[in-house]
Amino acid sequence: MSSQRWVGQSVKRVEDSRLLTGRGTFIDDHPPVANLYQAAIVRSPHAHARILGYDVAAALAMEGVVGVITGDDVAKATKPFSVGVTAPVHYYCTATDRARFAGEPVAVVVARDRYLAEDAAEAVLVQYEPLPVVLDPERALDPDAPLLHEAVGSNLAGHRRLVYGDPDRAFAEADVVLAERFKFPKYGSTPIETYGIIARWEPLDGVLTVWSNFMGPFIMHPLTARVLGLPENRLRFIVPSDIGGSFGIKTSIYPYIALIGLSAMKTGVAVKWIEDRREHLLASSSGTDRIAYREVAARKDGTVLGMRFKWFDNVGGYIRSPEPGCSFRPSGNFVGPYRFQDLEVDASVVMTNKSLTGPNRGYACGHLYFETERMMDLLAEKLGLDPAEIRRRNLLQREQFPYRTPTGGLYDSGDYPAAFAKALEMAKYEELRREQTKRRAAGRYFGIGLALAVDPSVSNMGYVATALDPQFRAKPEYLPKSGAVDSATIKIDPLGRAIAILGTTPQGQGHQTIVTQIVADELGLRPEDITVVDEMDTFTRVWSISSGTYSSRFGSVGTSAVALAARKLKAKLIEYAAHLMDVHPDQVEFRDGAVRVKSGQGPSYSIKDLAGRAHWHTESLPQGMEPGLQATAVFGFTVSQAVDPEDRVNSSNTYGFIAEVMAVEVDPETAAIKILKYVTVHDAGTIINPMIAEGQIYGGALHGLGGALYEELRYDDHGQLLTGTFMDYLVPTASEAPVIEIAHVVSPSPLTLLGSKGLGESSSMTVPAVIANAVSDALAPLGVRISELPMTPTRLWELIQAARPKRKT
Amino acid sequence: MKMSDKVPVRLTVNGTSREGRCEPRKLLVDFLREDLGLTGTHVGCEHGICGACTIMLNGEAARSCIMLAVQADGAEIVTIEGLAQAGQLHPLQEAFREHHGLQCGFCTPGMLMTALDFLHVHPDPTEAEIREGISAVLCRCTGYQGIVNAVKAAAPALNRSR
Amino acid sequence: MKPPRFDYHAPTSLDEALSLLGRYGGDAKLLAGGQSLMPLLNFRLSRPAALIDLNRIPALAYIKEADGQVRFGAMTRQRAVEFSPVVQARLPLLQEATRWVGHLPIRTRGTIGGSIAHADPSAEYPAVLAALEGQVVVRGPRGERTLRPEQLFRTYLTTSLEADEILTEVRLPGMPAGAGYAFEEFARRHGDFAIIGIAAMVIVEGRRCRTARLATAGAGPVPVRLRAAEEILEKDGLGDAAIDAAAQSAGELVGPDSDIHASADYRRHLTRVLTARALRRALARAGGR
Repeated sequence: MSSQRWVGQSVKRVEDSRLLTGRGTFIDDHPPVANLYQAAIVRSPHAHARILGYDVAAALAMEGVVGVITGDDVAKATKPFSVGVTAPVHYYCTATDRARFAGEPVAVVVARDRYLAEDAAEAVLVQYEPLPVVLDPERALDPDAPLLHEAVGSNLAGHRRLVYGDPDRAFAEADVVLAERFKFPKYGSTPIETYGIIARWEPLDGVLTVWSNFMGPFIMHPLTARVLGLPENRLRFIVPSDIGGSFGIKTSIYPYIALIGLSAMKTGVAVKWIEDRREHLLASSSGTDRIAYREVAARKDGTVLGMRFKWFDNVGGYIRSPEPGCSFRPSGNFVGPYRFQDLEVDASVVMTNKSLTGPNRGYACGHLYFETERMMDLLAEKLGLDPAEIRRRNLLQREQFPYRTPTGGLYDSGDYPAAFAKALEMAKYEELRREQTKRRAAGRYFGIGLALAVDPSVSNMGYVATALDPQFRAKPEYLPKSGAVDSATIKIDPLGRAIAILGTTPQGQGHQTIVTQIVADELGLRPEDITVVDEMDTFTRVWSISSGTYSSRFGSVGTSAVALAARKLKAKLIEYAAHLMDVHPDQVEFRDGAVRVKSGQGPSYSIKDLAGRAHWHTESLPQGMEPGLQATAVFGFTVSQAVDPEDRVNSSNTYGFIAEVMAVEVDPETAAIKILKYVTVHDAGTIINPMIAEGQIYGGALHGLGGALYEELRYDDHGQLLTGTFMDYLVPTASEAPVIEIAHVVSPSPLTLLGSKGLGESSSMTVPAVIANAVSDALAPLGVRISELPMTPTRLWELIQAARPKRKT
Repeated sequence: MKMSDKVPVRLTVNGTSREGRCEPRKLLVDFLREDLGLTGTHVGCEHGICGACTIMLNGEAARSCIMLAVQADGAEIVTIEGLAQAGQLHPLQEAFREHHGLQCGFCTPGMLMTALDFLHVHPDPTEAEIREGISAVLCRCTGYQGIVNAVKAAAPALNRSR
Repeated sequence: MKPPRFDYHAPTSLDEALSLLGRYGGDAKLLAGGQSLMPLLNFRLSRPAALIDLNRIPALAYIKEADGQVRFGAMTRQRAVEFSPVVQARLPLLQEATRWVGHLPIRTRGTIGGSIAHADPSAEYPAVLAALEGQVVVRGPRGERTLRPEQLFRTYLTTSLEADEILTEVRLPGMPAGAGYAFEEFARRHGDFAIIGIAAMVIVEGRRCRTARLATAGAGPVPVRLRAAEEILEKDGLGDAAIDAAAQSAGELVGPDSDIHASADYRRHLTRVLTARALRRALARAGGR
């Protein structure tokens, strides 16, 4: 038995052996049932078109084809999905009456193999009547804009004006008011493994089993059951233990689960569908493109008094749940790390003829902090203050924690000034400023960017109701929503080794490794004594609607469930051992993997001793003790509460902090941006495995950089995707990836059992801000200010060109 | 060969003679995965950009998604399944584990094959050369730093074993 | 993304390949390295009746020197070019450009003949062919002919090859000892096709520039040989003013288009910037006589 503390160590990952040797269990690798048929999806070539009819005869006649399912079948056999707004948007798993974005599924072909299925998909004839297209979210709200959903009556899926404090007074009393318009691009994190689904229908039992790389939240399970007209206990979701990346994107696979499930039900064969890259870029999911208007009110000394946010989030052809999270997911942390109390948020969620949106790493926070942190820099510039100083003057102070934000967030712990100071110190901020002066004098464009962010983890399901009017929420028939729970089961075998069973859906985060560390510490075992099973199965795992691996949950709520299960088990072992020793449980302690009498006298019982006896000799258990050595824990946060009548909501459960400094040089001739230094300091509470934590930060940062510089789902005026291949949709490679200096500040969360918080989304939410600030600072001598991403070379060069004549005059 | 005729494909994979029959249009990666059951090689983009499907073809890294199976007739192929020998991880695999060069593991087979080929060509690479070398494969999890560290660390071990 | 059906032939001789090509009368596609064609097939953007795979014709892969030229069999892999001692000694510009062609695993399969016959104007090899005044040899039922770059490249992805002809050899004159050279490229990411690439070679004699060679990638529908810019240098030497004037001229000689990666104006501007940079780097490498 080891007394080593495993939590806090960079334990090497147990997942790696299988993944390094080609033995992963990805959805496309291991057919769980024999005799699979393959699906290919027919997609709309038009961004907006009425569907007049289908001719599937030629496709059905092809050898090897067993069925074709069209939008007509979908309209007859399924219900539309529930959406997160009250507008009557009828979103089915395919287009039914009309297609509303290019690439929207209109039919499915099921055939012997994928090659044949694609041949037959080409033979499905769909008759369209093209309709006018609208792509811009502001234009879509014009009264004469093409209308996507007649039942809705406009393209506005939802709108809320949220007022916290007295923003009008703040703006009236301000010494300075600034306004700016921002554009944030539509991009997705394009996991290298695409969506994959296998569905089998057992008509006699009425059970549909679906294997997929769905990542949760499992609220989508009951939604899908309802769509297919199945009782929830007749729809089985299984997720294999390996998912090839997701970053939020695989939340939005669920409409395809309905579609492939329906295909299996209709054809009577087991159906497999692996999304290809073209389909993924056309029609999987992305973050929203957003047009934002920001206003800030401040005193002369830089104290921010209030802000106004007005934004237009473009959710594409249909608002698909969990949207409008794009606007409301950060509700509790709208104010970020700053103290101001007065805020107005005017959020419009708009439907246009683009592909659909959903969670993408940093869900909505990349947008939020890009705007806020640019405004902080503009304010500093206006007031002649150093950007670091203006942030210091507005930061929440350590003694203010736990801090209730004006929008209802409860920041559980933190020391923002210390983390910020650490970032500035690591970056040698003052030295960078001197270097800047020197280089500027030499005619070079060297800039320093800062960004601060509150990093929310573990979404409280309740935030989604912020999208609804308080009057609607006040109706007696309205069911309030709140919560964020996770579960774990630990069992000890007769030889004293443990198996931990999770209901999570990791996509590379190393849950198995993390759990061995936690259980080893809690039960005094070695990590290799613990086997972790993390395949999700809605028929066998303990789960709830908030289950899944999203919103950086595992490091916070998942680890707490594991620790709680271990502690329950430990309490049982103590009680059992005390019984064997014939002493009161208070007199014994669990130490180094054994139960001993505190005084040090008498025998001690190792876990192995206790396990053997408990399994082999149940008579030895104390009276009333349940036999078996296993414990299941479901951990939930009491701070997860429903949105209140004033629209305040604690939208997440734990809140970390990020402070970043970046130095860049811009080549004014080519507009190339070179990152010279990038420092990021995180406070995610207790760090369970520093190696894994660092990996998350590196990965997150590169997603942010992709959105800031390279990646964009761009459309032409007809709504055709221009970036439909990896030759055009530019994923950063190792040559573009920056070296990052990482440090942690640790403010343990009082809400989690290990003091840890999530940090999976991490720097994806700060990089767009920090690099936009750095580039703006570099080009400040030209008067260039970045308010639109991505900063492509052409766009940046045009800004430089436009600024140059100004400099001469 | 007519389009629907199946053609024989005989090749050596991981030191073993294998054969199968497929349509001429069948991609090599699909043949490896579906006909030979070697699912360690992954499909990520099917247009030669992401590199997840990279294998060793006659000793050199190549994309198996933009090559036909029939073209590999007579070839010697090493896939990820052939890298570890006698139950021992290859030094490059060890280095990836040691330096956290993988998270989800989906790009990893292609990344390992690419890195192996790169280290054959550049036995003593600089960091910039490593970055350029592995830029042939897209990874969305790691931000590449762990991979760069792993390749750097593996270089001496590979030189020793040469 | 699976290819449509096609007939498949893998001839072992050039004559056999030519006869197959003739038999399909324009409906067949030649499969060389496949690094551009296979993606098009997977996207079903190309639907040939047949593929004629040239990979089993060993006689088409070689690098040899003859008459002051380096001759490449069309099926010579880019990877073979990259590591060829002959190329290193005689065509260092080509070697440098090769590093910009995709990535190493792409160059394992990609061929010099395929890259040139594909005629992507953003590709590196067509620019080098233009800069070095190379030639390609083309075989068809009517015999063999030799084409200069300006005769070969018609527009985007289009050459003057007839449907029954095969590009069999690429000939590049060896660069004189002491020639300065540089391949400058600006791409969004490493390994992408060029937004703009400039192939440059200069031969310096004392303070004079005896020969200047400049050609572009990415600056229009075909690689552009920047003859007027070269003349400025051959007349005025390689001083800063001459280089700047040549760069200015380069920008005027090209007619780039806009696409999602770059605007036409930006490409024209980059042509100027990269021409100057390529020339300065080439000059630094040039051994004066």
